[in-house]
Amino acid sequence: MSPSRRTVVDVASAVANGSLSAVAVLEENLAAITARETEIHAFNLVTVDQARERATQIDTDVRAGKTVGRLAGVTIALKDNMCTRGVETTCSSKILAGWKPPYDATVVRRLADEGAVFVGKTNLDEFAMGSSTENSAFGPTRNPLDTSRVPGGSSGGSAAAVAAGFATASLGSDTGGSIRQPAALCGLVGVKPTYGMVSRQGLVAFGSSLDQIGPITTTVADAALLMEVIAGHDPLDSTSLPQPAPSLAGELGKGVQGMRIGRITDMPAGSSPDVLAQLEAAFDALRNAGATVVDVRMPSMLYGLTAYYLVAPAEASSNLARFDGVRFGVRVDAKDVNSMYGATRAAGFGDEVKRRIMLGTYALSAGYYDAYYGKALKVRRLIADDFATAYAKCDVILTPTSPTVAFKFGDKTSNPLAMYLCDVFTIPTNLAGHAAMSVPFGTGEAGLPVGVQILAPALGEAPMFRVAGELERAR
Amino acid sequence: MTDRSVAASSVNLSSIVATAEQLIDGWELVVGLEVHVELATKTKLFSASANRFGDEPNTHIDPVTLGLPGALPVLNRQAVELAMRIGLALNCRVQPCTFHRKNYFYPDLSKAYQISQYDQPLNVDGYLMLPADVRVGIERAHLEEDTGKSTHAGGTAGRIQGSDYSLIDFNRAGVPLVEIVSRPDIRTSEQAKQYVGELRAILLAIGASDAKMEEGSMRCDVNVSVHKPGTPFGTRCEIKNVNSIRSVGRAIDYEARRQIDLISSGGVVKQQTLHWDDSVGRTNVLRTKEDADDYRYFLEPDLVPLAPDAAWIERVRVALPSLPAARREALAKLTGQSKASEAVAIIVERGQDAFIGEVAQVGGDAARALIYVQQAFAEEPAVPRVPAGDVAALSLMERNAKVTSTQAKTLLAELVANGGGDVLAMTKAKGFEAMDMNALEAFVDQAIAADPEAWASYQAGEHKAIGALVGAVMKLSKGQADGKAVTALLQAKATVR
Repeated sequence: MSPSRRTVVDVASAVANGSLSAVAVLEENLAAITARETEIHAFNLVTVDQARERATQIDTDVRAGKTVGRLAGVTIALKDNMCTRGVETTCSSKILAGWKPPYDATVVRRLADEGAVFVGKTNLDEFAMGSSTENSAFGPTRNPLDTSRVPGGSSGGSAAAVAAGFATASLGSDTGGSIRQPAALCGLVGVKPTYGMVSRQGLVAFGSSLDQIGPITTTVADAALLMEVIAGHDPLDSTSLPQPAPSLAGELGKGVQGMRIGRITDMPAGSSPDVLAQLEAAFDALRNAGATVVDVRMPSMLYGLTAYYLVAPAEASSNLARFDGVRFGVRVDAKDVNSMYGATRAAGFGDEVKRRIMLGTYALSAGYYDAYYGKALKVRRLIADDFATAYAKCDVILTPTSPTVAFKFGDKTSNPLAMYLCDVFTIPTNLAGHAAMSVPFGTGEAGLPVGVQILAPALGEAPMFRVAGELERAR
Repeated sequence: MTDRSVAASSVNLSSIVATAEQLIDGWELVVGLEVHVELATKTKLFSASANRFGDEPNTHIDPVTLGLPGALPVLNRQAVELAMRIGLALNCRVQPCTFHRKNYFYPDLSKAYQISQYDQPLNVDGYLMLPADVRVGIERAHLEEDTGKSTHAGGTAGRIQGSDYSLIDFNRAGVPLVEIVSRPDIRTSEQAKQYVGELRAILLAIGASDAKMEEGSMRCDVNVSVHKPGTPFGTRCEIKNVNSIRSVGRAIDYEARRQIDLISSGGVVKQQTLHWDDSVGRTNVLRTKEDADDYRYFLEPDLVPLAPDAAWIERVRVALPSLPAARREALAKLTGQSKASEAVAIIVERGQDAFIGEVAQVGGDAARALIYVQQAFAEEPAVPRVPAGDVAALSLMERNAKVTSTQAKTLLAELVANGGGDVLAMTKAKGFEAMDMNALEAFVDQAIAADPEAWASYQAGEHKAIGALVGAVMKLSKGQADGKAVTALLQAKATVR
């Protein structure tokens, strides 16, 4: 069995019953890392020693007959914007170089409590700002399926790590599509949970009202299991929903008989034909499985992009203000404190981060707030209204995850707007706070995977996973 | 400072008009105050670190306080409750509210934004009655977090610009504050002082804050403008760093004079933020309106709206203790004093009014108890160690002239020193017995004979001369004479002539 084909579900049960050792699983991943990481650059840091120690401990526990968690021996790669106690957390930014958080993110603690083994911290677009992982201060990540192409972003390292067999699964964060798009471009399953479903405590904030952590996996069942572990109320995150983690594993096999699948008739144009062909095939598959396809309209969808590029940078401009050289990370000395701020931030942040800080600062400034940020908030409400109207007629909506398959390096770096358009289908979900996931469905140009996106209303994870299960069977 | 506290300049004509005596050379003073108070919570506004003043620097810190990446705020329920208590004590409406980020860079502001309340504060539209029945409107009283404390070494005047280095203590960062914004209803510096004093008394009474201006747990920013009565308000200046009630009065008087002189000499008041320098008694310009920060307020996405339900508000309201104004009124009535009297104000501030009620309850003389407690119980807690019964006994002995007021004073000091005692036994042990009139008259005659000059000038209408005679009688009687009785006797003798 090739390491990349190991699933979370298989590893967890086999390690727990002693038929597979956690160390063996880890060593397969480490061997794959040795073989290809130089080329792929999925990681900012591989925590070999800690991982070996942890895997050995789990095997010892299993042999001793101790109860092990639901993820015993499951190797996980963490996006490098999730705090790990005593382990460098950089957000792929020079400004945080060397910073070791004194605490674990809630998701990290929950995974650890269930026996997961952390392989390392994965590369991302700096502070999660990007759609190709080309904005990392430490160099880009390559798509393991075709190394001349990007893995998507911003969770490109997390997607590449799973696609290359460096870990059984990974966690990403999704502010405007940063889990779903790289999952799609790497042929994986990626889930953006309902806002508030997964704790953001310990996730270095980009756009606080949009950010959610979610799994990137090879199968829908794996995504369901990871969701069951990481989701659920966290008193340390005030925006965390009061609900416990949902029960999702049971949904996958239920089928879609009688379900209503929305097709957006006024979907923004620009998707490539290969992607649209697979979307049609997905509708057909669901229809064949007993679902009905209903037409819905989302007139505000295109405006989501512009609203997003005001709301997210506005929040980012405030969230990233704390990187001031005073308490942690890099400091560039200068003659007085204001010059120190300027010098530190000029040296520490990359171009895309600076661009968004400027955009956001401008959008919130006196005299411009109403025209920009205020207007964006109104669009945000319109999108929620459009979704509400649509979900009155359907249970979930299908769209492409990305307008294209994985693109080549440099294709969009010189044109930020073209890069921003990658997220046109994923962004509205974040603005609405809804659930969405990407499921691989067929291939397109150059035999590269196409991802189909399932949109669901807030707390619509159960129907979303039903449909995901069906698409996985049909692909 | 809230940018929403539009105070003076935007209000055209106020219904609150200064009296003729309150005008300064024909100018009317308009003052509004923004008072920050640190709440007496166990922990900080958004984290579990202790809210404690005076400890080793940076010992009450955590990822939230330091603004570490990934740390999230969790609202402290006790802080909300204390803030509601303040709102209700100031007759505010408690309403559903939200939190905003106020963005600016400063080394002791760890996140580079302060979580505060903006257009939807917790408490709005209240008022505070000054002891002299002047009503000062309260625009709002909102929750926010305090910053850390910087100490700048080298350079000038402890400012960051030009300093060699700065030290930051984050113990204060994240401490819950309530900012209480008055309407520009104050017309004299005396009223402003009363306002701060009364506000402080209320905060202490409801246990919301220790309100120590000298430690910074209560801080005042004062907005001052002047104008001619019947004309629109003048441009205001905001004075910061006013750290005592006395300074509030001084700063306002200084600033009013500065503005009046400026306008009178053809100048124009510019909207400025000023710094009060108490040591030299003047204000200096911190910044003018043009270079004011743009705080880029926006809704804090890490917190959810706060909407205290009616039941919670009612529970807080019902649990409010009796407030200083009501307590002063009750004490004044009980002791026959004016509710504006100093003794009444002091006793209520110390919280010893209940004790005087107790003295009265057991049959004591409340008016005398008021004087005793004011004079001798300054160091005693709100519930003094001396039993009310002992004070009652002493007050009755004085009223019935069993002891003189001087003797009563001695006995009172002994009661305080010993935490109580048998007043009757103490009186006997000291040989205190009121003197009979014959003995007293003998002493008075003796005193007159010894100082004929004083006696002559007293008789000539020089009232002050009586002091020397009374003092002599006291000396002759070894303090046992009752001063009032001696005075009466001397008066009688002077008129009989």
